[in-house]
Amino acid sequence: MLVPIIIIVVLVVLVLFLVGIYNGLVTKRNRVDEANSQIQVQLKRRHDLIPNLVNAVKGYMDFEKGVLVQVTEARGNAISAGSQGPAAQAQAENVLTGALKSLFAVVENYPQLKANENVMSLQEQLTTTENQISFARQHYNASVLEFNNSLQVFPNVLIAGPMGFTKREFFEAEPEAAEVPVVNLG
Amino acid sequence: MSVTTTFYSEESANRRNSLFLALVVIAFLAAFGFVIGFSIGYGSGDEVAFGIGALVIAVGIGTISALFSYYSGDKLVLSSSHAKEISPQQAPALYDVVNEMAIAAGVPMPKVYIIEDPSPNAFATGRDPQHSSVAVTTGLLQKMNREELQGVLGHEMSHVRNYDIRFTLIVGVMVGSMALLAGLFLRYTFFFGGGRRGNNREGGGGLAIVMLLLGVVMSVVSYFFGALVQMAVSRQREYLADASSVELTRNPHGLESALAKLASDNEPLHSANGATQHLYIVNPLKKLGGGSNLFSTHPPIVDRINRLRALTGDPPMNTSEVRQLSGLE
Repeated sequence: MLVPIIIIVVLVVLVLFLVGIYNGLVTKRNRVDEANSQIQVQLKRRHDLIPNLVNAVKGYMDFEKGVLVQVTEARGNAISAGSQGPAAQAQAENVLTGALKSLFAVVENYPQLKANENVMSLQEQLTTTENQISFARQHYNASVLEFNNSLQVFPNVLIAGPMGFTKREFFEAEPEAAEVPVVNLG
Repeated sequence: MSVTTTFYSEESANRRNSLFLALVVIAFLAAFGFVIGFSIGYGSGDEVAFGIGALVIAVGIGTISALFSYYSGDKLVLSSSHAKEISPQQAPALYDVVNEMAIAAGVPMPKVYIIEDPSPNAFATGRDPQHSSVAVTTGLLQKMNREELQGVLGHEMSHVRNYDIRFTLIVGVMVGSMALLAGLFLRYTFFFGGGRRGNNREGGGGLAIVMLLLGVVMSVVSYFFGALVQMAVSRQREYLADASSVELTRNPHGLESALAKLASDNEPLHSANGATQHLYIVNPLKKLGGGSNLFSTHPPIVDRINRLRALTGDPPMNTSEVRQLSGLE
């Protein structure tokens, strides 16, 4: 009578243990997905801010139309690159970052514009958006790290594959992104 | 000679150390309970029951009072510091910096408060990230640049993320229970001191007296010991918050520069007091000098800076730099 009871108890404990592992993996994988969506949220926020910025400076910067056109074009490309996969998107977003940097470099030459409250507020918003994109990517990587660790440690590694969990990739800056994009100010 | 570490190893070490300290307190508390139970109940055959009973009562009382402060704690601290909640429009840069840290940490946005005070300082409070607040002084906003402000806020929000409020509370409950037990026991022995000895079974009287003496010694020691451990735990969690801040910002220099500025600032923080001092980023009641011993809630700033420097392999502060910090040159 005792032996079957022991066997049942052991089985129950084993099942609970497996359930625990499965739930842990599901939670971590969902966090990775959420972190990825957060990056998209920040990128979109930047896309939305840019038309306001362009409008605010347009009146002052008749001589620098080239820069404004560059920013507007880069924004358009970034939005469409969103559906072309993470690598294409990352590259297009980097070009946009470069165009914005050039725009603010030019704004430095217009003291009236620099002091304009609208422009200052937009500048802060764009700075914080750039930071938020970086931090969102960083957090995504942290989530991927945690998830991949959970997949690969013992004993999870024995059951994660059969349960249908696969490793996720880190967000990595493209090799081309290491070069500063050169934007024509002409 | 410079050392290079990573914030991961720093965080692991700090967590291990604080856990070790908590276990030491638990062990002491258990031993204390046992000794008391033994000396009170000696000869009755129920020594263990007495010991457990004493422990349960002490921990029970301690827990109830701690839970009260746990749930109402942050409101009390915020109001006693005269903090005012701000909206994003009122302080956009501050709000943005906090928001960036919340994104990096993957936690909800805390409530943001400002304290009107020229002394630069900041604190965070809240039992978990879903119910958290950060407060900064106007002095901090004036004296820090964005990078430094971010380092400070990363530190503060990490206190909440690492459940430090909860952790130090638990340690506080155990230390408080020790003090309660000690108080009860000392009162008992002085009121009923001779009682038990009259009931001793043959040959057992000596052991009972030894246990009694041991209980008295442990009672006296426990006050001292409890305070020491609490301060040590507080310091470990400060180091942990520093390392966690770097985990969020990936920029040790921001926090390092902020700490140096905070150290060389001599203005006292008017709204801080003994009960709230441990929540601030630097001890608001004592700055560089005099606040660096076993009874400090915060580690010495020079140590904190050196640990941050080790993350990028930079050399530790030399004598000249330390003297500059304390305004001696």
